[in-house]
Amino acid sequence: MTTPPSGRGVRPAPGVPALRLSGVVKRFGSLAAVDGLDLEVPRGTVLGLLGPNGAGKSTTMRMLTGQSLATEGRIAILGHEIPAESKWARARMGVVPQHDNLDEELTVEQNLRMFSYLYRVPRRGRREAVARAMRLAQLQDRGDTVVDDLSGGMRRRLLIVRALLHRPELLLMDEPTVGLDPQVRQELWSLIDALRSEGATVLMSTHYIEEAERLSDEVALMAAGRIVERGVPSELVAKYAGRTVAEFTTGEEGVAGLEHLLHRDGFATRRTGTTVSALRAEEIPDPLLARLGTPHRRAGNLEDVFVALTGENVE
Amino acid sequence: MTPEQTRADARPRVHVRPGRFELDAVRGVVAREWILYGQSWRATTFAAIVEPTIYLLAFGFGMGALIGNLAGFSYIDFLGTGIVAVSVMFQSMMPAVINTFIKRRYLRTYQAVLAAPVDVREVVTGEALWLAVRASVYGCVPLLVAVAFGLRPGPGALAVPLVAFLAGFAFALFGIWISSVITSVRSMDYVFSGLFTPLFLVAGTFFPITELPDWVQTAALANPLYHAVELIRGSVFGQLTPGSVLLHTGVLLGFIALMWILACLQMRRRVIS
Ligand SMILES: Nc1ncnc2c1ncn2[C@@H]1O[C@H](COP(=O)(O)OP(=O)(O)O)[C@@H](O)[C@H]1O
Ligand SMILES: [Mg+2]
Repeated sequence: MTTPPSGRGVRPAPGVPALRLSGVVKRFGSLAAVDGLDLEVPRGTVLGLLGPNGAGKSTTMRMLTGQSLATEGRIAILGHEIPAESKWARARMGVVPQHDNLDEELTVEQNLRMFSYLYRVPRRGRREAVARAMRLAQLQDRGDTVVDDLSGGMRRRLLIVRALLHRPELLLMDEPTVGLDPQVRQELWSLIDALRSEGATVLMSTHYIEEAERLSDEVALMAAGRIVERGVPSELVAKYAGRTVAEFTTGEEGVAGLEHLLHRDGFATRRTGTTVSALRAEEIPDPLLARLGTPHRRAGNLEDVFVALTGENVE
Repeated sequence: MTPEQTRADARPRVHVRPGRFELDAVRGVVAREWILYGQSWRATTFAAIVEPTIYLLAFGFGMGALIGNLAGFSYIDFLGTGIVAVSVMFQSMMPAVINTFIKRRYLRTYQAVLAAPVDVREVVTGEALWLAVRASVYGCVPLLVAVAFGLRPGPGALAVPLVAFLAGFAFALFGIWISSVITSVRSMDYVFSGLFTPLFLVAGTFFPITELPDWVQTAALANPLYHAVELIRGSVFGQLTPGSVLLHTGVLLGFIALMWILACLQMRRRVIS
């Protein structure tokens, strides 16, 4: 990640962002999967791209690797124009796809060695690169295990470290923990944490609120192919959801009434079943509160922010 | 920031040249195939040896007993060299069609490979090269078996691996192109019955094309396998003239050039959307 300490690498120029997309559009027939995307990722930042299924996250990732061509707009990775200079960009970044594409009938070690060739790791560094990747994934005792026999979490870890073999300066991860058990997800988070503490530059897409909040320095909220807001998670929560969110649970007939009262006084709400959540609940005046009933109070989160901005849920 | 800094920053650590065809990338693709082969060589080798041996046994004893001479060759000489070409075609075109299709449609292999600094034409070239090398080694097996059955090759037989390599490269590219044209596993039936079978039968492999109707003979001239057979048989028995070498090699090279372009274009259309 970042520039290797050996000094083999180039000095990062602070002015060139790791990633810059401007006005990017991707149309499939009449559907605009990405619809005017502007995004910049500074070096040394973990940026979480948070959006529901179908927001256009994977399409964006595929355009960054040159496997999908933008209909409009400009993309630059580490200063290289995409797609013309895509090969340069690919030599300097690692890619973790949403759908696992490991070679199942090969062993852990073989999978890694194979990619050390494709990423052109110099001959004398190959063995060490593979060993380092296995250590990082905590698969050092599994070198001879066939991928087919690995657990879901191990496969994911292997998929991630496979993208790190050539010490890339930028890592793209498309939904790195999708489909995993919560406990396995935690294990992966510690791997990603380790990369982060090394100062890695990462663009990670996810539709898990907790993952975005926990792992990202900044999040970009994506809906319908655009970025609707971007910032530090805690600041976004403070800005849109306030300090607390009040949840009022009522019967089915009461929901509309509750919402009406809150909207009239300018409070944004969110509905989950027969529960109405009011954002910025610390600002609700006592007389209004008295008419609404006793709420359950909790801290705001990015899901609240997303709903406030788009009217849609992420998860 | 000065322009120098920007440029220095843009310099990748790995020597990569965007827009250029790079042998380093091809080497990576071949290395990948080599690792895969380490896992499957037993089955591949078994098939490569057993299949032509059965053909030689069945046809050699079955037909050989009925046929004395064929186009000036003893039947075992004719058949032994013909099967070399058939074997090369089976070894290269079949996996090119099937494996490439499976890698593209089901294994997402190309998504993974193309995320590395490798372009589509380097993948196509690397995979075809690997199949060609394999075919040129395994293609010699039936010749050795035929020697055991009584075929007496001349010194020109040393050129067989080379011809097998050229033919293997041609059919591998042909197969990759077909695999990128078809859209379902089912359409492979059309390919194997409608294309593969006539190609390997109407090429002077098991019987000379001279007895076939005129129009079939003319069509056979467009069959690259026919030219491979002529080169193989001609080298093994020292019957090639400079003119015939030029003609048959020229056709094979032309076919390779055409198929390389078609395979790269069509594959690119399939994997980059
Ligand atoms: N190759 C494609 N052809 C047509 N539509 C596509 C294609 N890829 C993605 N889409 C559509 O683009 C939209 C965004 O998809 P995607 O980028 O996969 O979203 P996400 O990764 O955020 O879930 C979806 O509506 C999806 O159906
Ligand atoms: Mg996706």
